[in-house]
Amino acid sequence: MAGSSAVDASSIPTQTAPLLTFADVSKRFRDGTVALDGADFRVAGGEFVSVVGPSGCGKSTLLRIASGLSDASGGKVQVETDKIGYVFQDPTLLPWRTVQANVELFSELRGLPKEERRRRAAAALELVGLSEFAGHRPRALSGGMRMRVSLARSLTLEPELFLFDEPFGALDEITRERLNDELLQLYLTQRFTALFVTHSVMEAVFMSTRVLVMSGRPGRVLDDFPVPFAYPRSPRLRFDERFARLAGQVSALLRGGG
Amino acid sequence: MSVDTGFSGPDEATGQGPVTATSRVAPSGRGRWLAFWGPPAAVLAAFLAIWYGVSYLLLDPRRRFLVPPPHEVIRVSFFDPFNLKELMGALWLSTRVAFIGLAIAIVIGLLLAVAMNRAKWIERSLYPYAVLTQTIPILAMVPLFGFWFGFGNFSRTLVVVLFAIFPIVANTLFGLQSVQREHHDLFTLHGATRMTRLWKLEFPAALPSVFTGLRIAAGLAVIGAIVGDTFFKQGEPGIGILIDRYQSRLQSEQMVGAIILSSLLGIVVFWFFGFLARRVVGGWHESAGGPDT
Repeated sequence: MAGSSAVDASSIPTQTAPLLTFADVSKRFRDGTVALDGADFRVAGGEFVSVVGPSGCGKSTLLRIASGLSDASGGKVQVETDKIGYVFQDPTLLPWRTVQANVELFSELRGLPKEERRRRAAAALELVGLSEFAGHRPRALSGGMRMRVSLARSLTLEPELFLFDEPFGALDEITRERLNDELLQLYLTQRFTALFVTHSVMEAVFMSTRVLVMSGRPGRVLDDFPVPFAYPRSPRLRFDERFARLAGQVSALLRGGG
Repeated sequence: MSVDTGFSGPDEATGQGPVTATSRVAPSGRGRWLAFWGPPAAVLAAFLAIWYGVSYLLLDPRRRFLVPPPHEVIRVSFFDPFNLKELMGALWLSTRVAFIGLAIAIVIGLLLAVAMNRAKWIERSLYPYAVLTQTIPILAMVPLFGFWFGFGNFSRTLVVVLFAIFPIVANTLFGLQSVQREHHDLFTLHGATRMTRLWKLEFPAALPSVFTGLRIAAGLAVIGAIVGDTFFKQGEPGIGILIDRYQSRLQSEQMVGAIILSSLLGIVVFWFFGFLARRVVGGWHESAGGPDT
């Protein structure tokens, strides 16, 4: 496919003012562990930014702070939207609810009227291709399907900023790559901004407009790699030589900086 | 538990089975029925055989009253209208005490657990005393209760409540506290109130544990009602008082009959809560013996 090999930065979604700003952010836990120290980066509207780093480098803490679940101990965090989606590695579906009821959960918590909840849930399930499973319980679904439900649940609130905490880390490689493709599809059609934490360099480079590499604990941003490949990205991009070179650079820094 | 999985087979719950058709090769209806009921039936038959053996082979006729044969137990206890009436009246009384006590224990137990889950200091203040209800010899306090509150239904119900409350508190609290941190995060992110969190997250998540507690508590309530009764020795006779009375009159057939009845009550109550658990949480939780466990 032409798109996969074209090195054309112009087709990266237009970048606007920063939607998320971390300025010299640090996080120290009560037990004295320093998870983040001088984390400094910006995410502009429309970007897909991945964060890779050794395990325990504070990647998840970064997202918790960005979402407001956790406070920074120092520095400044600025988020320009309150429409935030947050997807964890575990799909975190409520096992007693059907798929439909799970997808309705957030609008329910936000107090949207029943009709509206139904409509949004149906639309979101349609987007992830699980409409026919609306009546099933999560345990009847495969891991990949559960993750799609989790995505759908967040999509119902039409997030402007989407935080992903290793969402596909527990899936097998084939499912993972398929979900990468589907998520990129959603990214292009739904037009959200993404901050995507992963431990897979391949995944980071494949998905993103930019890849941030973090150091080991205490985490800070070591470097920032723009990814020049045009969207939509074909699965074949993963075997492209330039893709491999970029992934190699990120990987090298990751190993050196760990 | 093997008792549960056996039941899940013919249960109508299989209707809502999952799509991932894990096609378990099920034996034909009759084969499954036999595989399920056969073993316990064989044990029952062996038990009855030994019982008859003891009655007729081991004991000479003068001492046969010690272990009256099964059919005599049934004839005297359940086919003599007067005796049957006496037994049923007592059974009704004990059942009522057990159920009222259990209901009170459930309400108080759930409220206590919710309160303890709400704040660590409440848990620290109350939990030791909940444990105390397990460790103090409640039966030894029966004379004291009788002394304070008389030997009527109030004291008997109180004994049942003390017997049954701990498993409800302990299991509910465990269930409420077993909610995943990420689930709490989701509710926090979307601005859920404490009440919403309790009703839509913590309580449903706790339900399987709540039912475990209920099943244990129900068994204890029956025991509390009957055994407590033997200790009261006064007032309207429940099953316990009857057993005591039969013993002193050497009416061993009726004594065994009363014991059989009280065991049946315990089994029915245990089954009832197992059934309820499967209906309520069987569709999503493994421990309740759902369709594909």
